[in-house]
Amino acid sequence: MSNARGRRRKWIERIAGLASTHPAAFVGAIGLAIVTVVALLAPILPLANHLEGRMEEQFLAPSPEVRPISVPLDHGVAASIRTALFGEYELFNLTGTDSKGRDLFSRIIWGSRVSLLVGLIAALVTLIIGVFYGAMSGYLGGLVDDAMMRLVDILYSIPFIFVVIYLISILQEYSESLRTIGITRETVLYILIGAIYWLTMARVVRGQILSLKEREFVRAAEAIGASRFRIIVRHLIPNVLGIVVVYLTLTIPRIMLFESFLSFLGLGVAPPEVSWGLLASDAVAVISPVSVYWWLAVFPGAVLAVTLLSLNLLGDGLRDMLDPRIVKGGRP
Amino acid sequence: MKSFVVKRAFWFCVTLWVVITISFVLTRSVKGGPFDEARELPPDIKRNLLEKYNLDDPVLEQYADYLAGVVFRFDLGPSLKMRDYSVNEIIAETLPRSAFLGLLALFIALFVGLSAGIIAAVRRGGAVDGFIMTLAALGIAIPNFMLASVLIILFVFVWPLFPAAGWGTFGHLVLPALALGAAFSANIARLSRSGMLEVLQEEYILTARARGVRESRVILVHALRGALLPVVSFLGPAAAGILTGTLVIEKIFAIPGMGDFFVNAALNRDHTLTMGIVIVYCIVVYVINLLVDVAYTLIDPRVKL
Repeated sequence: MSNARGRRRKWIERIAGLASTHPAAFVGAIGLAIVTVVALLAPILPLANHLEGRMEEQFLAPSPEVRPISVPLDHGVAASIRTALFGEYELFNLTGTDSKGRDLFSRIIWGSRVSLLVGLIAALVTLIIGVFYGAMSGYLGGLVDDAMMRLVDILYSIPFIFVVIYLISILQEYSESLRTIGITRETVLYILIGAIYWLTMARVVRGQILSLKEREFVRAAEAIGASRFRIIVRHLIPNVLGIVVVYLTLTIPRIMLFESFLSFLGLGVAPPEVSWGLLASDAVAVISPVSVYWWLAVFPGAVLAVTLLSLNLLGDGLRDMLDPRIVKGGRP
Repeated sequence: MKSFVVKRAFWFCVTLWVVITISFVLTRSVKGGPFDEARELPPDIKRNLLEKYNLDDPVLEQYADYLAGVVFRFDLGPSLKMRDYSVNEIIAETLPRSAFLGLLALFIALFVGLSAGIIAAVRRGGAVDGFIMTLAALGIAIPNFMLASVLIILFVFVWPLFPAAGWGTFGHLVLPALALGAAFSANIARLSRSGMLEVLQEEYILTARARGVRESRVILVHALRGALLPVVSFLGPAAAGILTGTLVIEKIFAIPGMGDFFVNAALNRDHTLTMGIVIVYCIVVYVINLLVDVAYTLIDPRVKL
């Protein structure tokens, strides 16, 4: 018991230490944690319905009110938890309403689920491709390494964002047949985005593997006859995971930005799904000199910016802590 | 240097060939053909269209025609949806507008970013430094389309300084170029600050100061060269990023540039136009990267190509 408490105190001390040595990364981690928790809790929070609104409530300027729920809840577990916690009430118009009278605050939070999920899954795709590619290239060395890295160089020179948009436009033609085999628009997004952001990851991992593979434990594994596959998967990859997490943290904001960019152009997440890019697109669609619906642009923008900033701060901080190539406060 | 350029050109041709081939296969594999629309065309008209666009030839012949057209005449074929125009005509009309907007954004990014970075480095640790770096961290995180809509609300409707959208006068360009360049000026500010800080510790800076060179000259002549290196190597990615940014910015500000046409072509499934513009983008990005590499050797004679 006291042991557990001691361990807990040690953790608290560690976190406090991190907060004082890397305040920016700490702030980033907290920001990210808040966004993630709110996104996860969306079904049980007392939010107005994010898909249905009343036309007579369109373009209301922010003026928060708590009111009885307007659209009946479904009968799921989440809905009953929500009713138990908050009763039959909803928070309405904290940040205004959109052109169809839907509550913007609720749409931002439901949108965060899609935006974060795309970022996370596409980043995992980059992780898998990048780590295996980089590890193989670095460990096998020689001609294989040359060829694999030359390919990466070539791919770097292609502006993939345009290629991806072209591919998405081609895949629109097949959306029917893709859907029958269970591939939705979102799945296509995850895979395509993941498939273009792995290059940096592969380079970083390869660099690490090059120095690791000369170490004794790898020699020892080779001496007792471990297969190449086993050495890469069991001995080399676990040793580069620290750096990999750093670059993952820095890749996620780029991917989220790209998702919002695609959704904004009408090529990414499609209604009725909500994502932050779609909200931005809604905001631009109704900009007019007649009246200024500033809340539609400002609030989704602020949330996206805060999330991206948190991820960048966390990633930069982690890189300072873990990347041996960066020596703080001096030249390497 | 010459062999470097030749080698790069060779690999670029290989890359471009792969891109063209894959996109050709994808374009032609689309079901029903490009003229299979809801309303059935009279057979005569349909046949004439197919003939005009060479779609009735065997696929391999079409591929050879297309490839030869691209290589020898830089002919990217006809647009499928804008039937009176060829892809070349559309690009010739729209590329200069996008290039102008992009160059202006790049210029703004360089000017603002370098000034901010140098000031922050000179005043390091102070309030000015903290302010500039906070602004830069924010600038990187704010997506350009968000910035664009906020700029429109502020400087078009609340305080009417600029026209809302369109193309024609210099006033039309100010807001789009600002929105496009902001994130890159933030990046450049960070890079030039850290580059500058590193250089300012060098002994030749100490020597220059010891010889009584004016501080402004030390910063702007002796140190700036070193601070420029990381910025120059960032210019390649920055140019590619600005090109990407033109897609949204041109849409928001209704600028009839290549990015806007590209997005509409992708949305309208005008595959030949989309593919043609992708090829142009590849070439532009490649040329910029080559120029950046060459510029790098000019600034830093230690770097060999």
